[in-house]
Amino acid sequence: MLRYFFKKFFHVIPTLVGISILSFAVIRFIPGDPVLIMLGERGANPEVYAEMKSKLMLDRPMHEQYWYFLKNAVKGDFGQSIVSKRTVIEEFSDRFPATLELGIVALFFAVIIGIPMGIFAALKRNSFFDYALMTSSLIGYSMPIFWWGLVLILIFSVKLGWTPVSGRISINYDIEMWSGLMLIDTLKNEITSEYGFAPFWSAFKHLLLPSIAMGTIPLAVIARMTRSSMLEVLGEDYIRTAKAKGLPWRRIVGLHALRNAMVPIITVIGLLFGSIITGAILTETIFSWPGIGKWIVASITARDYPVIQGGILFIAGMIIFINMAVDMIYALINPRMR
Amino acid sequence: MPYSLAQEFILKFMITAFFFLMSAAQAKTFVYCSEGSPSAFNPQITTDGTSHNAAGLTIYNRLVEFKLGTTEIVPALAESWKISKDKKTYTFKLRKGVKFHTTKYFSPTREFNADDVLFSINRQLLKDHPYHMVGGGSYEYFTGMEMDKIIKAVAKVDDYSVKITLTEADAPFLANMAMSFMSVLSKEYADMLAKENRKDEIDQYPIGTGPFVFQKYQKDTLIRYERNENYFEGAPKIEKLVFSITPDASVRYQKLKTGECHLIIEPSPNDIEAMKASETISVMEAPGFNVGYLAMNVTKKPFQNIWVRKAINHALNKDAYIQAIYQGHAVKAVNPMPPTIWGYNKKIKGYDYNPELAKKYLKKAGLAKGFETEMWTLPVTRPYNPNGKKMGEMMQADLAAVGIKVKLVTFDWPTYLSKSKVGDHSMIQMGWTGDNGDPDNFLNVLLGCSGVQSGSNYSRWCNKEFNRNIKIAKSNPDIKKRTAYYLNAQEIFNKEVPWVPIAHSIVFRAMNSNVSGYVMDPLGGDIFKTVDIK
Repeated sequence: MLRYFFKKFFHVIPTLVGISILSFAVIRFIPGDPVLIMLGERGANPEVYAEMKSKLMLDRPMHEQYWYFLKNAVKGDFGQSIVSKRTVIEEFSDRFPATLELGIVALFFAVIIGIPMGIFAALKRNSFFDYALMTSSLIGYSMPIFWWGLVLILIFSVKLGWTPVSGRISINYDIEMWSGLMLIDTLKNEITSEYGFAPFWSAFKHLLLPSIAMGTIPLAVIARMTRSSMLEVLGEDYIRTAKAKGLPWRRIVGLHALRNAMVPIITVIGLLFGSIITGAILTETIFSWPGIGKWIVASITARDYPVIQGGILFIAGMIIFINMAVDMIYALINPRMR
Repeated sequence: MPYSLAQEFILKFMITAFFFLMSAAQAKTFVYCSEGSPSAFNPQITTDGTSHNAAGLTIYNRLVEFKLGTTEIVPALAESWKISKDKKTYTFKLRKGVKFHTTKYFSPTREFNADDVLFSINRQLLKDHPYHMVGGGSYEYFTGMEMDKIIKAVAKVDDYSVKITLTEADAPFLANMAMSFMSVLSKEYADMLAKENRKDEIDQYPIGTGPFVFQKYQKDTLIRYERNENYFEGAPKIEKLVFSITPDASVRYQKLKTGECHLIIEPSPNDIEAMKASETISVMEAPGFNVGYLAMNVTKKPFQNIWVRKAINHALNKDAYIQAIYQGHAVKAVNPMPPTIWGYNKKIKGYDYNPELAKKYLKKAGLAKGFETEMWTLPVTRPYNPNGKKMGEMMQADLAAVGIKVKLVTFDWPTYLSKSKVGDHSMIQMGWTGDNGDPDNFLNVLLGCSGVQSGSNYSRWCNKEFNRNIKIAKSNPDIKKRTAYYLNAQEIFNKEVPWVPIAHSIVFRAMNSNVSGYVMDPLGGDIFKTVDIK
């Protein structure tokens, strides 16, 4: 097992290096010089321009810049944001909890609705319900997030007035962040003793629409995956055997079928983590959610090289490690995988 | 009797509801939905409008400032100033009794004085200043406005007067002094941070003298301020100010509808009509401090010929561009600067759309059959030109009608800038947004002979008479005299027409109808010291 772990782990390193080269090169190949973007239409004084370039090391050859970046990255220094002048790690860790919270809630939403939907559709195969469900999940899957987000706002915030339009919590509450997760921080004693549960409720309401917007695509994927996986399992011999044994149907579905059908579903959920982060880029911009998605978008517009390099590397690293963890869990469950 | 779960729930619910109502009624809070996150809370090191609103205009003051709603220079932290005879020395008399903000992280022990002014300017000016390298050591606006070349030295005469010597007479200097990057920071605070080895915090935890005191910045979410009870112009009417960061324009509009914002920045042009129709929303508009134009490179044939330039001015249908490209949200440009600036020449009527006259002028230039040329179209979206490509296509059609065949060309923005700065183009779409409300910032930067060298004069037009006028105006601090020279300069521009001035886009702000006292800043900032909620 340990050998398997190390083997996996050493596979990760070249992947990370590859991603770092890619993110490093791509941002430099798209046109746009951060210094010129800062200066805009202004006639740049050539001296000032050169000085700024050299300060950012952009006057060096690309391989030299990369080597410098890699050398520092290994030491845990990802450089400073050109725009805010704070370190990339600081900026990242300030924003990550917001994305994490939104991601967890969105995925939770997708799982608790998607799995029952899929099971139901599988059991009622080819019924009207099955078709309706699968069609709507196809629509959900192909819906552009920015549009869907605005539709949700128009219906639930503007028309019905049930939820706030955007943000993380009502401006009436000034919450000192501790874990960075609003749902946890609003439950701290000093908050509940001052305001009661109103801040928690407010944070929860603010989370609803963005997590629905972000969770819709994963929900569709999970529902479809659950359905096909269930169908496959239900056709297996051992299900027939169980039926022949006279086991109650509920027990067959709940214990024998679902449990076996879950394996591919869990993989998919693990993989969906990546799509959750891509979804975050759009969702966060629409709902003014202060997470890493919005941060990366703003940095690309400003050609904030260090932030883009560092940010992409962190996100990629995260996805890789989650996939690795999924593999490990597999290997634990199924010795044939090792 | 022990109380049941339901009872406990009801009790908790009531407490919650009570506090909820309490907190809503607590303080007069004004919510401004802004478009982005400030890069830092120090206007010295930032160039973006977002940071200018979040720090320069709210937290800080300058020695002189722009009078609200105008570009006129008025006293602020300086009560008055004297200019020496040779116009090279400015002595500022400072206001007494101005207090710096008291916050959780700093309590001032003394009032604002000359040391603070020296600290604020020298940090940017002197390369060996202990704070110069803090935050990276680049002061883009300070060097961009050439203050590093204009200012020779800053000296303290006494606690309440400061003498600034210039390398040469420079009238726009005073307008530069009113810009955000010349904000006055507290030296006492800087000294405290230096002692505690936390110099970096000066740019993130601001201490100023302005109308609002910084409370807290929640990254990418909101900025909280409280009013400055000791503000020298009197405390603002609203008690709390919140910047709620909302990057998407349509979401900002929805938040305005639900009452989550009192005022929003830059509503989407598509929503303006609906907003104007709504009873709960009021819309304000003002001509933007910008100009979009088509520059003709006078060093290239046939644009050295004045009749060709006049012909092109008559051939283009600006009204159609304003309808199609600015969706009607722009005013037609006549002069090379916006009408809100002082010194604007109202007498000039400019060139109307007249293809017949254009053909006649082309004949005069000996080009009756027309000619072939290139036009570079703006590759980025700017307020002064929202869609360069589409505008190029419309211009192409208009010019074809008088016999000029135009090939449209474009590059990515950095290439566009670097190639045009050396004059590779024939005709080019360009534009400018003013910095300091001074005509010099348009006429000299965009049309002066020195701009040919630095690359900001895209028509590469160097007219001796024009240049003489703007040079005299630049060296004379008397606004009346300067105005006369600028009026002249615009006449010359109108005769020579190195550009086709196209439009000044209109800037919008939308707010809840219960907001009062908001005044639009011609320079594009958002100022809340006079705002109130009914």
